[in-house]
Amino acid sequence: MRAVLTFFSSERSTADRVVPPTGFTARLTLFTAAAMAFLAVFALALSLATGRLAERWSDSLARSATIRISAAPDQMDAQVAAVLEVLKTTPGVASSRVMSDDEMKGLLKPWFGPDLPVDALPLPKLIAVTETSAGVDADGLRLRLQAEAPGAIFDDHTRWRRPLVAAAERIRMLGLMSLLLIFGAMAGMITLAAQAALAANGQVIAALRLVGARDAFIARAFVRRFTTRGLIGATAGMVLGMIAVAFLPSADAAGAFLTGLGFSGAAWLWPLIIPPIAAMVAFGSTRFAALRMLRRIR
Amino acid sequence: MIELQHVAMSYGGGDLLRDMSLQVAPGSFHFLTGPSGAGKTTFLKLCYAELLPSAGHLSLFGQDVRQMGRDEIARIRQRIGVVHQDCQFLDHLSLEENVALPLSVNRRTADPGELRELLAWVGLKRQAQSLPPQLSGGERQRAALARAVMMSPDVILADEPTGNLDWEMSLRLLSLLVELNRMGKTVMIATHDLNLIRQAKAQVSARVLRIANRQLHLAGADL
Repeated sequence: MRAVLTFFSSERSTADRVVPPTGFTARLTLFTAAAMAFLAVFALALSLATGRLAERWSDSLARSATIRISAAPDQMDAQVAAVLEVLKTTPGVASSRVMSDDEMKGLLKPWFGPDLPVDALPLPKLIAVTETSAGVDADGLRLRLQAEAPGAIFDDHTRWRRPLVAAAERIRMLGLMSLLLIFGAMAGMITLAAQAALAANGQVIAALRLVGARDAFIARAFVRRFTTRGLIGATAGMVLGMIAVAFLPSADAAGAFLTGLGFSGAAWLWPLIIPPIAAMVAFGSTRFAALRMLRRIR
Repeated sequence: MIELQHVAMSYGGGDLLRDMSLQVAPGSFHFLTGPSGAGKTTFLKLCYAELLPSAGHLSLFGQDVRQMGRDEIARIRQRIGVVHQDCQFLDHLSLEENVALPLSVNRRTADPGELRELLAWVGLKRQAQSLPPQLSGGERQRAALARAVMMSPDVILADEPTGNLDWEMSLRLLSLLVELNRMGKTVMIATHDLNLIRQAKAQVSARVLRIANRQLHLAGADL
């Protein structure tokens, strides 16, 4: 940490000037850092979005369940009443509500059109159940329903929710792994660029050693350059990436079920950590390359 | 200052130099001579720890070179000024900055007055802002000498400093080195130019070392 602090503070001119300016590796490092930061913004957006998605699915859907009652029309009301009675005495149920015919109509409309005669159809009754955070003992409830109302089927959505949550979590892990890979690739490329710069300046380094320069001084001259380039490049890449994410078409219009790839609220602050990380990666990899190279020159 | 006891040096196959013993006293003036390829440059490199002896004991300022870390070598080099035959400069920095380099790598800034004086002493005042590639061979050698003495070192090692110079310029450089010796600096010059040695002997009491048959001999008082 102290190395990082002294590094940005003092004697900017001398340590910087001893290394001749190099156009090509400078541009290469800037471009690499920018490209990697741009990609990192998307990997981050992916991780955060799938994280949100998994949370939404596992959280809000876990709190809701449906009971479907299919019975002969004359038994329907009795069975509905029995189910409601069971739910009232079931621990973990926050509220329950029989869906009205209008709601049913709304649910069926996408499939059958607006003119569906709901009354004329032998539709099952649906009861929407909201669970408390403690949740319902699903197996116990099923057994009780079987006894009290044979036509009632309890569906807590686990069956189709679980693979979705698992998929979302896997995607999130892939996103985080991509972030690691991106920074790893960046470290590799900056090490190569630094090595090229060091090799091209072999004579400069030999001359500096000859007049009594310590390794730390020589390494700093290179490290400072590459760190600055890494920081500037990554900042540019991050800004571009954030702009690109901001202008992604919103997926929310399609339904709250899917979440858009992007940042929401305070999550917009997350990409801001990319440039400092990029700078640290550049610092570490250049320092590694420089000290390794210096060991060969006495 | 520089002490060798049975030092040998080899580059892989066979010894290039062997069984060299020498004590360089402070304030002395040495010439190092011998045929090309005899190992004069290697000997000087041993003296500023660019090379490590393959056998024997070598100490610089009382410190065993084998025990020195890289930072200690850097510190030793601030006390040893080196003038190479092919002087290495930073080509993108002005002559003035190059001469002040030993100071700036230690995060010190040269006193402008002293720097001007030093450049005037080697006759390069007008070229202060020139870049090294714009300088002639003689100017480069004198600039290298100025850089070597910038830190006011105790020892000055010069490897064929007059190799590319005409006689007049060689004498001028020699007189600068003699002047430094009179100020108390230890000077060692590797050269194959016997005329230069004769010329120096008229001005200063110099000892002549000769490398022959892979060994270091103290040449007789007269050449």
